[in-house]
Amino acid sequence: MAKLIIDAETCTGCESCISACPFGALSMKEGIAVVDDKCTFCGACVDVCPVTAITLEKDEKAVTIDLGAYKDVWIFIEHEQGKVSNVSFELLGEGRKLANVLGCKLCGMIFGESVDPFLKEAIAYGAEKVFVMESPVLRHYRTDPYACAAVNLIRKYKPEIVLFGATTQGRDFAGTVATTLGAGLTADCTGLEIDPETKYLKQTRPAFGGNIMATILDYPNYRPQMSTVRPKVFPMPARDDSRKGEVIREPLPMTEDQVRTRVLEFLKGAEGVNLIDAEIIISGGRGVGGADGFKPLRELAATLKAAIGASRAAVDSGWIPYEHQVGQTGRTVRPKIYFACGISGSIQHQAGMKTSDIIVAINKDPEAPIFKIATFGIVGDLFTVVPMIAQEFKKRLGR
Amino acid sequence: MKIVVCVKQVPDTTDVKINPETNTLIREGVASITNPFDEFATEEALLTKEKYGGEVHVISMGPPQAIEVLKNALAVGADKVYLVSDRAFAGADTLATAYTLAKTIEMIGNVDLVICGKQAIDGDTAQVGPGVATRLGFPQLTYVAKVREIDVAKKRIVVERMLENGREVVESSLPAVITVVKDINEPRLPSLLGIKKAAKAQIPTLTAKDIGVDENRTGLKGSPTWVWKIFSPEARGGGEMLTGELTDVVPLLITKLMDFKFIK
Repeated sequence: MAKLIIDAETCTGCESCISACPFGALSMKEGIAVVDDKCTFCGACVDVCPVTAITLEKDEKAVTIDLGAYKDVWIFIEHEQGKVSNVSFELLGEGRKLANVLGCKLCGMIFGESVDPFLKEAIAYGAEKVFVMESPVLRHYRTDPYACAAVNLIRKYKPEIVLFGATTQGRDFAGTVATTLGAGLTADCTGLEIDPETKYLKQTRPAFGGNIMATILDYPNYRPQMSTVRPKVFPMPARDDSRKGEVIREPLPMTEDQVRTRVLEFLKGAEGVNLIDAEIIISGGRGVGGADGFKPLRELAATLKAAIGASRAAVDSGWIPYEHQVGQTGRTVRPKIYFACGISGSIQHQAGMKTSDIIVAINKDPEAPIFKIATFGIVGDLFTVVPMIAQEFKKRLGR
Repeated sequence: MKIVVCVKQVPDTTDVKINPETNTLIREGVASITNPFDEFATEEALLTKEKYGGEVHVISMGPPQAIEVLKNALAVGADKVYLVSDRAFAGADTLATAYTLAKTIEMIGNVDLVICGKQAIDGDTAQVGPGVATRLGFPQLTYVAKVREIDVAKKRIVVERMLENGREVVESSLPAVITVVKDINEPRLPSLLGIKKAAKAQIPTLTAKDIGVDENRTGLKGSPTWVWKIFSPEARGGGEMLTGELTDVVPLLITKLMDFKFIK
């Protein structure tokens, strides 16, 4: 079993490790750091100890698999209601870089009933090879047949890296695939990099509501290395319809009667623009004061083709449905511009939106924490300011 | 209906702050709470039991102090709770955690429904629910915002899943694993009697031996992934406050935003 060893002789009692521990597993006892059962062997304390008094002893794992058998970078091409999700293209762009460093091929993996238009797009965005499974069973996304398709392809062709969008579909499905394969899976990555020496994939992700970042590696006896990656982290690559790619078709080894779930109905959301795809989000908090208070926000949203977000306070007050909630117990969004109107900016709300490119905060209270993370802040009543913003945009955009 | 709920003790990240000088987390005074999504999971189990009959078992894998979240579960009405705790489980990633929880659920036996929160607010992975389902060989229904109906005799369940742009109504066979979002219910508060009962309760601890796991597949040893580095995110630069008359400030803001060329 792994052990965290603190050398009592070397420890100077500086307490650097205490605050570095994300799990609160370290404390001081008679001037020396001690570790308790909450330790997860993450090694954060090892890195900060100025006198290297802390060492992490792990069981050496013998590499029992043939690493050379695993090659190429695969991207799961996700589609919903007849359209490929942008995150799949973003991943083809980022996957290209990884494949170039590794000197391997960039491949797509697409499932559906008939996916010809999608595979052309995957090639146009950079896939050199596309693995395809087509079957009526795969018409709608469902965990069973999609996981079956991916597991079979991965077992047969042995990719080195597999990336999925961290969408509801990607997050539902990747966990099943990784568990079935017994492979590692790192969720919600915001950074990917190939280690120049080992050629292993370094996967960086936020944890603790974005308060800390962790870089995760897979042990070399587990392959492929798999991650789900947040939408809008990586830029859209250039599309080139003249690109050529190889298409490999495989049959789905599953029939309808083996699928344990059935999609009965899809209830489309009331709003035209959803929070995940939106480039601009107009969000309201306690300051909107009631369901009617969202009216000026909706008008601005209509002008900018933006989506409507909300803080937990607004949702819990019953002013707007939960689907709109941004934050720790709602959705995590990453638009180009996030307007926070009458939102104080609790750390839970920030966890869902602070990686937005630009944050505009409008709040009556000049001390509201949202101003600390806002790119632009205006102190004022949202019912005055938001309509003025809408008016000014209409004028400039000629709408 | 025999229902198992998986709950996790997490730090209340509300209080986690970063020391600007050392750029490390300040943990002093950070309370531990039940993962908020798991409170919805527990409530849904209790509601299901009230409607269809049965029993609610709540399990939590964690260090000994995770017993607190199980006491909370007892206080709101769980029938049985188990702490799954062993040093052999420490350092588990999602694969090893899902394996350990699935083994525990198998030990409980004859389970019709497993309910998990959509994700935990510390790790935010949302991977353990699907992992448990896969290990158990159960179908999974994630992001459930509503359980429409359960047919106990025919062993089927119909739920609404919350997706990016709407809700999907799905039917599944039972036993199944569902993971729930906040919209599904409003967790009850514990009764005074419940709190008293929970305070006195002896909570059983299940060790690696008790649930019969292969220790090569638990904890750090059974985890394909490991944390290479932890660091603080770059702090967002201090913002620019636009001050003055609104008739000047608003056009200035629009000019600044238009400069980024995002708006079409």
